Amino acid sequence: MGTKWYSSSDEWILVEVDQVSVGITQYAADQLGDIVFIDLPSVGQHIEKEGIFGAVESVKAAADLYAPLSGEVTSVNQALLDAPELLNQDPENTFIMTLKIDQLDIDGLMDEATYLASKK
Amino acid sequence: MKTTSLHQHHIDLQAKMVDFGGFDMPLYYSNITQEHFAVRQHVGIFDVSHMGEILITGEDALQFVNRLVSNTITDNTKKVTYALLCNHDGYIIDDLLVYVLETKKILLVVNASNIEKDFNWIMSQKNQHQVVLKNLSDDYSQIAIQGPLAHEICTNIITMPQINLNFMEYAVIPYSNAYIIMSRTGYTGEDGYEIYGKHELIRSLWETAISQGVIPCGLGCRDTLRFEASLPLYGHELSDSIHPIEAGLNFAVKSHGFIGAEKIMLSKTTLTKKLVGIEMLEKGIPRADYVLYKNDKEIGYITTGYLLPTQSTGLALAYVEINEAYLENQIHVDIRGKRLQCKIVKKVFMKKNYKKGE
Repeated sequence: MGTKWYSSSDEWILVEVDQVSVGITQYAADQLGDIVFIDLPSVGQHIEKEGIFGAVESVKAAADLYAPLSGEVTSVNQALLDAPELLNQDPENTFIMTLKIDQLDIDGLMDEATYLASKK
Repeated sequence: MKTTSLHQHHIDLQAKMVDFGGFDMPLYYSNITQEHFAVRQHVGIFDVSHMGEILITGEDALQFVNRLVSNTITDNTKKVTYALLCNHDGYIIDDLLVYVLETKKILLVVNASNIEKDFNWIMSQKNQHQVVLKNLSDDYSQIAIQGPLAHEICTNIITMPQINLNFMEYAVIPYSNAYIIMSRTGYTGEDGYEIYGKHELIRSLWETAISQGVIPCGLGCRDTLRFEASLPLYGHELSDSIHPIEAGLNFAVKSHGFIGAEKIMLSKTTLTKKLVGIEMLEKGIPRADYVLYKNDKEIGYITTGYLLPTQSTGLALAYVEINEAYLENQIHVDIRGKRLQCKIVKKVFMKKNYKKGE
């Protein structure tokens, strides 16, 4: 098990020994409704903390995705291209990309309890 | 925020609510996709009580309404007419439905967000006409029952004696010791009815329809459905900077005699932009306000766009410069900084299923 952090823009980042993955929160998925499309970043791309790395779109709206930490994209979840609805079914366990992070800069990130309290 | 007489029902059904035209309205109950399919395949019910009702009565009512709106309004008390309310420059103030209840009593059904604007405009044009205006928007509720099974359901729950309405026809029908207005109209491209009446009557109809298995549908799918049927929405395809001809609404525009007619006729020969259909050639969803390009030159903008539950490619309605507005023209849309290929298509994304006369 790793440590999971949450951003105020409703992404999670799971920091494990061998891997760092990023997804969207249950709250974000619920707010969006039925997700029908995802714009993934490119593998090898370097993204900045709080920079836009892609977007998820429901029938109704498009929402930009913001990177919780800076780093290089090492893989993306290709399955989401054909089945974006996976993000509605189990958002907290569905990764969007994995990162090789520059540093573990948790400034502005929240633990689960703090994040959930912020959504009350 | 304003609420409709069915508000508590939406809360009880745990609808996801949104602000629409100043009203707290249901966006969806289950999700937009399921509700979209419910209307296309079965039958759905919408609370559209936020729509405005303006009643014009008096000696000059028919003449006055013909001066106000773009379409010809006759004394036919069976027909519903779609028309535009335009200003002196021919720009669209609102689009509306006209019900001639009697030659001296005419009902205009207008968009929720425009009620006050429309009422004030109509009042300002009254001049010497012998008419009285009343804003009845708070006195009436409205539901729409739409889908291939709409007629069957409606005849089950409402006794419609010897009335067989075709598309764009209405009747005043007794219901529960009072009257309701029932018209074979809608905003989904499907067969169905829109029903107006006092709050308690409409509440009773809503409850009966739901108890018979009609699916409650929110404004989310109302928008995907009207878009798929290429029906314009005020604030998107229509606005006070758009002429009816640019919007392709020639069918609702008579040649003269109404406010804005001269400017609109002139606009026919000086058309600079036109509403077209857009189909994506790459993966991506075109959305309202995204900009269109031809060879890096800006040529237009999207007014509504979706990846519809019933379609595999992104579709949109868009205003495009007239010289670029030809079918199959391959252009680009800017989506989050990326220029994706799309093309201009007919703005017909489905075949409408209206009940026409035999």
